[in-house]
Amino acid sequence: MSNNLLTVAYIAASALFILSLGGLSNQESARRGNLFGIIGMAIALIATALSAQVTGYVTLAGAIVPGAIIGSILAARVAMTSMPELVAILHSFVGLAAVLVGFSNYLQPESGLVGAEATIHEIEIFVGVFIGAVTFTGSIIAFGKLSAIIGSKPLTLPARHLLNIAMLVGSVYLGWQFMGAENGLQPLLIMTGIACLLGIHLVMAIGGADMPVVISMLNSYSGWAAAAAGFMLSNDVLIITGALVGSSGAILSYIMCAAMNRSFISVILGGFGEGSNKSAATGEKKSYGEATITNVEETVELLNDAKSVVIVPGYGMAVAQAQHMVSDVTKILRKRGKEVRFGIHPVAGRMPGHMNVLLAEANVPYDIVLEMDEINEDLSDTDVVLVVGANDTVNPSALDDPDSPIAGMPVMEVWNSQNVVVMKRSLGIGYAGVDNPLFYNDNTQMLLGDAKTNVSAILTELSASESKKELVAA
Amino acid sequence: MEAGLLTGLVVFVLASFVGFEVINKVPPTLHTPLMSGANAISGISVVGALLIAGVPEWNLTTILGLIAIVLATVNVVGGFLVTDRMLQMFKKKEIA
Repeated sequence: MSNNLLTVAYIAASALFILSLGGLSNQESARRGNLFGIIGMAIALIATALSAQVTGYVTLAGAIVPGAIIGSILAARVAMTSMPELVAILHSFVGLAAVLVGFSNYLQPESGLVGAEATIHEIEIFVGVFIGAVTFTGSIIAFGKLSAIIGSKPLTLPARHLLNIAMLVGSVYLGWQFMGAENGLQPLLIMTGIACLLGIHLVMAIGGADMPVVISMLNSYSGWAAAAAGFMLSNDVLIITGALVGSSGAILSYIMCAAMNRSFISVILGGFGEGSNKSAATGEKKSYGEATITNVEETVELLNDAKSVVIVPGYGMAVAQAQHMVSDVTKILRKRGKEVRFGIHPVAGRMPGHMNVLLAEANVPYDIVLEMDEINEDLSDTDVVLVVGANDTVNPSALDDPDSPIAGMPVMEVWNSQNVVVMKRSLGIGYAGVDNPLFYNDNTQMLLGDAKTNVSAILTELSASESKKELVAA
Repeated sequence: MEAGLLTGLVVFVLASFVGFEVINKVPPTLHTPLMSGANAISGISVVGALLIAGVPEWNLTTILGLIAIVLATVNVVGGFLVTDRMLQMFKKKEIA
């Protein structure tokens, strides 16, 4: 295939990728958007395979076929609750691929680049490998934290900011050594090691509930890594695609940070929750009075009397895999003519949009699943709010208490409704290490225990009362 | 500065802006599919790996390139399929 044709194919692929991301901005067009992405990728791949540079088809097929098989198995098997883990591990692949492309690009005998051109090329390789390595190990740690292989508590080493800066400075110094060196492999390898450590340390310092930001950030990095590979190879389709993905990840990170009222820098530097634990230990424990403990029967009674119900799910629903039960409860209540809606906090769960996917999996129609801003105003007219495994996202001290670590974070104002039933394993504090005054409100009742067990008990009770009613009617 | 780098930078900056514009409109409901879709697309590094590993001879360079191809293909195929699987589940009407 001639170079001109190749360029045309790459432009077509880039345009399709833009259409693909654009299509994902609407439920109606989302699947078509994904299809555009697939077509774009196919065009880019076929065009590259037909270009004069590529000839070793048998070996290439030997690499592509197993990759495709592994990919399909992963995609078909993964449970929706494990989506964050899958995305994290896929990010690590992009990072590692960028590192490998960088290395092999360096080892390839270059076609006589001299002077400034050679220097620029070396910088491109160095930066590409650096971003790739940080993405690689950072994503592996994120995967470990999400799948609970590694504890989700932030690791706060003494002088950890200094450590990060030292690693950055060291990498820049090695870059200096790398440039123009006869044998640049050694500094390149050492830098890769340092970048790997940096990736590990950066993500280790960030706690579990900040994972939505971390995942989006790594998504962004994986894009920048692809773009860097594009600069290395002077390949426009890689640069364009990398930039698209990089900026989309950056936007998502920004949205997640805004939802927690925290700056991007403060999330990335990690160690959240540490300060508040200290003050809780030293300071006087505020007394909020007694929490009202309720049981399944009373909850069902509340639901039976309610006209409008709002369900607020959190990460606890995902952990307990309770989404199908919740959906069944929703169906019964809706069949009885009650208005049931869901309120989703932007950072509920472990990745952006996590709750929405779980509810979609459980067949909850998406037009009753509302965002926090859409539903907050209606909560005062709501009879019962069911909080399933959420804590910090329904904490009123974010609004009332300026000293709270989560002060200023927008939250679901569930306390404005007539009754709140909080399903939770215990009365303990949430991720942010803050006590939740909501639990001690007069209109709040606590339904303690495993979310799945409790929701399924509610379901049984509800269907039992339904058949009773039918008997009475008959 | 090298002309190639300059054009590359122009392309990069423009594409970043397009990315910002396009993603700004995505509703939170679709954030997870968006992310897995973007992830699949960033598997485009497979093109770079193909260019490196596509030469007929065997050496360290091609082996590294081949590993990169496997990884990036997992990304592309897995990412697109799982995105499609998720999008299939988003339905407006309740199914009895």
